[in-house]
Amino acid sequence: MALKGDIMTILLEMRDITKEFPGVKALDQVNLAVKGGEIHAICGENGAGKSTLMKVLSGVYPAGSYDGEIHFEGALAQFQGIRDSEDRGIIIIHQELALVPQLSIAENIFLGNETAKAGVINWYEANQRTSALLKKVGLKESPTTLIDSLGVGKQQLVEIAKALSKDVKLLILDEPTAALQEGDSRKLLDLMLELKAQGVTSIIISHKLGEVRYVADTVTVIRDGRSVSTLDAKAGLSEDQIVRDMVGRDMSDRYPARTRRAGEMLMEINGWNVWHPEHSERQVIKDIAFNVRAGEVVGIAGLMGSGRTELAMSIFGRSYGRGITGTVKLHGKEADVSRVDRAIKAGLAYVTEDRKSLGLILDETIRFNTTLANLEGVSKGGVLNANAETKVAEGYREALRTRTPSVFQKVGNLSGGNQQKVVLAKWLNTSPEVLILDEPTRGIDVGAKYEIYAIINELSAQGKGVVMISSEMPELLGMSDRIYVMNEGAFVGELSAEEANQERIMSLIVNE
Amino acid sequence: MDTQTKGIKAHLAAHMRDFGLLFALIAIMVFFQIVTGGTLMRPVNITNLFLQNSYVIIMALGMLIVIVSGHIDLSVGSVMGFVGALAAVLIVHYNMPVAVTVPICLIAGAAIGGAQGYFVAYWRIPSFIVTLAGMLVFRGLSLWLLEGQSVGPFPKSFQIISTGFVPELFPASWGEGLAMLFDARKFNVLSFVLGLAAAATVIRMGLKARKRDMDYGIESEPAGLFWARTLIVSAAIVFLMFKLSTFRGLPNVVVTMGVLIMIYAFVTERTVIGRRIYALGGNEKAAKLSGIKTERLTFLAFVNMGVLAALAGLVFAARLNTATPKAGFSLELDVIAAVFIGGASMSGGSGKIIGAVVGAFIMGVMNNGMSIMGIGIDYQQVIKGLVLLAAVFFDVYNKNKQG
Repeated sequence: MALKGDIMTILLEMRDITKEFPGVKALDQVNLAVKGGEIHAICGENGAGKSTLMKVLSGVYPAGSYDGEIHFEGALAQFQGIRDSEDRGIIIIHQELALVPQLSIAENIFLGNETAKAGVINWYEANQRTSALLKKVGLKESPTTLIDSLGVGKQQLVEIAKALSKDVKLLILDEPTAALQEGDSRKLLDLMLELKAQGVTSIIISHKLGEVRYVADTVTVIRDGRSVSTLDAKAGLSEDQIVRDMVGRDMSDRYPARTRRAGEMLMEINGWNVWHPEHSERQVIKDIAFNVRAGEVVGIAGLMGSGRTELAMSIFGRSYGRGITGTVKLHGKEADVSRVDRAIKAGLAYVTEDRKSLGLILDETIRFNTTLANLEGVSKGGVLNANAETKVAEGYREALRTRTPSVFQKVGNLSGGNQQKVVLAKWLNTSPEVLILDEPTRGIDVGAKYEIYAIINELSAQGKGVVMISSEMPELLGMSDRIYVMNEGAFVGELSAEEANQERIMSLIVNE
Repeated sequence: MDTQTKGIKAHLAAHMRDFGLLFALIAIMVFFQIVTGGTLMRPVNITNLFLQNSYVIIMALGMLIVIVSGHIDLSVGSVMGFVGALAAVLIVHYNMPVAVTVPICLIAGAAIGGAQGYFVAYWRIPSFIVTLAGMLVFRGLSLWLLEGQSVGPFPKSFQIISTGFVPELFPASWGEGLAMLFDARKFNVLSFVLGLAAAATVIRMGLKARKRDMDYGIESEPAGLFWARTLIVSAAIVFLMFKLSTFRGLPNVVVTMGVLIMIYAFVTERTVIGRRIYALGGNEKAAKLSGIKTERLTFLAFVNMGVLAALAGLVFAARLNTATPKAGFSLELDVIAAVFIGGASMSGGSGKIIGAVVGAFIMGVMNNGMSIMGIGIDYQQVIKGLVLLAAVFFDVYNKNKQG
């Protein structure tokens, strides 16, 4: 472990880092100074250059492939690869975890760094050291537990334990809480503070400004490949200040104004019960009833794992669960939603939580993805009309202001916000009456979020019903006309926009 | 001029795979034409080339769809042999008429494909395992059907599936005249006219697609490149048809093959079901949540493969005029290799019919050329293996460079 850091010494300094790719300047004279023993947050919109900067630091882009200098512990560092930087104690934990699910915690922690003599592993030592590390990160699991059986939150902690096993001097966490629910996020952030007390310096990259304010001592904001400001967070920093620097303009309103107009009853769901697809004795959704009126945005709040996604998917063509009972009424008449194609026909659309693995075909074009859920609309007798397809895709590109040179771009090359717009386009193209949006702004930068909100408002103004599932409480509070609170598969409360606030929602969840 | 050459270069770089494949085929043909002292392009050899490869190409059409949908079928060689055996037993032992036998065999193929597809689609057993089982089962069943013997010969009406040629519809004097003109022994006018028509269609369709792209502002390939490519392809068609015309004309099986290639190219590129197959292979979960019945589609891909394997079995048996227990042995590997040489991706979601056809021809020309040169089967296998590896390496290399 690093020496108890003297707060004033600079541990890492990156000077005038410039990194160019063919045709793009990803980083333009970026400066970053991290003091020993602090938690330093890096904020910026998607594509601002945060990840590129970290790749430069860790040696993924070797010395010589960029301009500028890196000084680590007072000496010029020229890393040729990740191994070099790791040897010096710089360890990155990526958003996508790099654990082998079929191996145990101990095996993962010492993977590539085995406690071995002449190739024979000393399991006793490995397990013992793992136990000590796990205690440090607050995990009670046995070292022989398989990664498979841990939730994402605990896996994240194992990653940190792994970093600690390597004598870490600078710990870098890239969006560590993106996939975590509130409770786990808080635990992780508290662990960071604890490690700080032990002298570990960390960098956290995060979209969630509340977290940044909670843990960070210093915040560096990056915009369009430049470092625009370094803010002292200890003196108290407002989120608006960070946002302003991130987007380069004032964002006094993070949610577009909406006029409320709840019209006639659109969708009513009653007595909805769902059982787990594999463990048939486990009831995942318990007797849920809710409704959506025309022009309404209805929020569903709840912790991750409370069954929100399972509820949405079970309604949408029984894509989740078994033994489903209950009724779905649209316009007062019972609708057949027993298969995805029937649910679509009935007027439902479901924008998945995970757009990359469930929403899009990344290797295909925007046009391909836009028309996919309604190929009947662009074909005659089963034969596709390429012109009609292009017209449809172009139409949505303009309407949703998707930033792309053409609709013939692969969606895999688009940014998160633009990908989400393509998913929305796909579902709007099915002319739905009720849209279920599951985490519609996850992993999207602030500017694009605002645009997605504006689209949601536009839809409700057209009289469509919107069900919005989100883990971001401010977003739910800012957008919804009504909020249902969900916990452990059941609805535990319903709040109007006026009644709802974070405390009330949390207390409904906790009191259950 | 400068910007134009730059455009051509950029386009070539972006479509390295398609052009590379076409150039590779041409280069291989030129190479063997030279080293075999002109034997490769002799009318009789061209006819043989088509007959020898027709069943591989027919099966490659189905295999492309199976691979695009994210699966594989290892059983096609065995199924092909089994259906050939079935046809032989029905016709030779049971004296069943050809007109009845052919539909029975095709239905049998569909049922075999359906049975395998059922386990893959509805029980989610990996296709590799299901079709590996199928490969063993149908290899065994052909042996059982034929009782270890070769069964034949077939009546003429069955043989013509493969070895028949299209009849001459033009007056005989036309053919005689043209034969004199080109210094050939005979000349099949209809075959040549069909060749000209095919070439004209290639040009017309190319122009139509190009105009459509331009209307929508899609960056289309530079004019020079478009014409070079289109003219090379149409000239090759006319050239081959001319050669065939001076021998016995157009083999029936080439007509069958040509029609099938057009149908499958159309289905995969222009129809709703084709689009859905690519979506299924590209991201099954996303496809399913977009309302696509992924299970049924997977099932149908295998049914289709079964029918095409059965057709290939009939063509093969008709060409050899006998059904042998060894028919189709290890042929699945040639078919799969053709599809991958043609640019399909192992993980599904990409690949084109025309690529698979060119891939099959590359394998076919190499087989044929090396046999003419008298290269032993040992070296042939090694060379074919290396070509497959090189083609896929080229793909991966290009992808890495772009990424």
